[in-house]
Amino acid sequence: MITAERKPLEEIIECIRPYDRILLVGCNECVTVCAAGGRKEVGLLASALRMAFMKEGRTLEITELTLERQCDPEYVEELVTMIDAADAVLSMACGCGVQEVARRYKNKPVYPAVNTKFMGASVSQGVWAERCQGCGDCILGLTGGICPVARCSKRLLNGPCGGSTSGKCEISDDVECAWQLIWDRMKELGIQDRYEEVMVAKDWRTSRDGGPRKIVREDLA
Amino acid sequence: MKTESVLEKVLTSGQLAVTSECGPPRGALPDKVREKAAMLKGYVDGINVTDNQTAMVRMSSLAACIIIREMGLDPILQMVTRDRNRLAMQSDIIGAYAFGINTMLCLSGDHPKFGDHPMAANVYDLDSVQLIQTVKQMREEGIFQGGDKILNPPQMFIGAAANPFADPFELRVARLAKKINAGVDFVQTQCIYNLDKFEKWMEGICDRGLDKKVYIMPGITPMKSAGMARYMKNRVPGMDVPDEVVKRMAGVPKEKQAQEGVDIAVESIERLKNVKGVHGFHIMAIEWEQIVPEIVKRSGLYPRPEL
Amino acid sequence: MDKFEPVIVAFCCHYCAYTAADMAGSKRIPYPPNVKIVRVPCSGKVDAIHIMKALEKGADGVYVAGCLEGDCHFKKGNLNAAHRVEYVKKLLDETGIGGDRVEMVMMSAGMGEVFAQTATTITEKIRKLGPNPAKFPSNRKAASNE
Repeated sequence: MITAERKPLEEIIECIRPYDRILLVGCNECVTVCAAGGRKEVGLLASALRMAFMKEGRTLEITELTLERQCDPEYVEELVTMIDAADAVLSMACGCGVQEVARRYKNKPVYPAVNTKFMGASVSQGVWAERCQGCGDCILGLTGGICPVARCSKRLLNGPCGGSTSGKCEISDDVECAWQLIWDRMKELGIQDRYEEVMVAKDWRTSRDGGPRKIVREDLA
Repeated sequence: MKTESVLEKVLTSGQLAVTSECGPPRGALPDKVREKAAMLKGYVDGINVTDNQTAMVRMSSLAACIIIREMGLDPILQMVTRDRNRLAMQSDIIGAYAFGINTMLCLSGDHPKFGDHPMAANVYDLDSVQLIQTVKQMREEGIFQGGDKILNPPQMFIGAAANPFADPFELRVARLAKKINAGVDFVQTQCIYNLDKFEKWMEGICDRGLDKKVYIMPGITPMKSAGMARYMKNRVPGMDVPDEVVKRMAGVPKEKQAQEGVDIAVESIERLKNVKGVHGFHIMAIEWEQIVPEIVKRSGLYPRPEL
Repeated sequence: MDKFEPVIVAFCCHYCAYTAADMAGSKRIPYPPNVKIVRVPCSGKVDAIHIMKALEKGADGVYVAGCLEGDCHFKKGNLNAAHRVEYVKKLLDETGIGGDRVEMVMMSAGMGEVFAQTATTITEKIRKLGPNPAKFPSNRKAASNE
């Protein structure tokens, strides 16, 4: 999923200070799962903002709504009945959702209430970790199902650097050495001999480096 | 001979080679580079010039190499893949060769987190193995990584680093094999204090016949004090300093510790000279270049061969 | 402003604190009338939004009273509640309302005295903190002086 984290309240308050009526929009997809911008978080943020404004002697009118999917035009369309009653939109979706709202409602300011972080997986209750960088040319089949592009701090494709210690990355004890994980998995699979095949320089065109990307499925488009 | 590199000449002659290193200054101080290089003149076959070592901004390795080259000495261009993409690195390699720099060391580099610009973008367009492959391809096939032909392709003698002590240990020989597959000519290792473990690693190398394919030069760093020994033991990732070494350093009075450090360095060289597959030494005297001549002389590595 | 009487909402677990409140009553142990009790089936049932809404609707302080550690009828509902209270404290600090207006307390069903004592301590603490600033904005007085 795409993970996110709420921005500091102070930053959000500064964004919406000029307005009296806010449409606070959550998303029922990834940000709900990572507890950053689903219905629950929308309620909490609305409550916190109302109190913060009441403390200053102001009444902030907040309309709360959580869309099924904020990155999809058909769901964003649902805002059409309430958009005029708001001075600005505050979105708790990932950057994709924020942009979709901005694209659809051209004359309405939209502010992000979360920082979109990474594509990751749930490690344990309340913990998420990065797993994929969306490089556009998956090599997981060569690396035992563990991605060095996303999980090695230096995205090394040919093995661990000299800083790998007891399975941990040199940058922090909290970070596992991706190449230790890959090597352990290669051993489990009995494919250690593959390690010595040099992985040639990657073609980053399929990644962000090739410019903004697009998928067109002609049978569907 | 693949190149004009003096280091290659010494190594192929079968004599033990000696290299040392010089960290460029953190400012536009060309005289500082000259001063450091001059201390090493006549005692080494090549001077490694670090590339933003420990991820701190310094004078570029290329610029400092040119200064040293113009003194008539033999710099070794270190290049980390952390700071530049393949365009920038290949253009620097051509530039270096245009100034007569013919030996280089391909590294991935320390993570920016450790340096003075932890907020910097982390490039890693290539990793060290792919950089080796790129330089080899430039030399042997005369083409860029992208496939175009190079006019007067740079003939670089290609080096890499190896850390026999990092984890996973069982992968360390394979890691070197991979660099050999990519086309490396010589290898300088991390500082060696745990000689037993180094010898074990070398055995693994020789068992696979890899010693025939690459020249290995163990890294030797004299310690200045017991404090430095403890710091290296506890703080430097991937460093293996046995307790005996720390104890030995701490066991002599403070004013004699530097001398003890030099003694350890000389003894290490004496012992490792006889290890199969060792072809020379890389003496890294960190901010202590003036001690290198003494170590070279006492280790019986002086004078350097005239080739 | 007249003498300030804080309004405090106590979310009390049915299996412990709520029964303890009952016991305080039957033993005639007095506790401040400021504390309004909301019975919940487990302290773990209390969500962050309940605490926030209580404050938004005018409470000056809120506390969640659950079972002693290891005694939760639902294994670890009380620990979940404690984590949520911590989360709300941080959120309230960010808001400027102040995280010290909410607390997590733990007790057993037999602790009538403890219930009364906790209610008194928290009431006095909130009394010292003064009214919930979201209810009585600091600049409202200044505005009325104009």
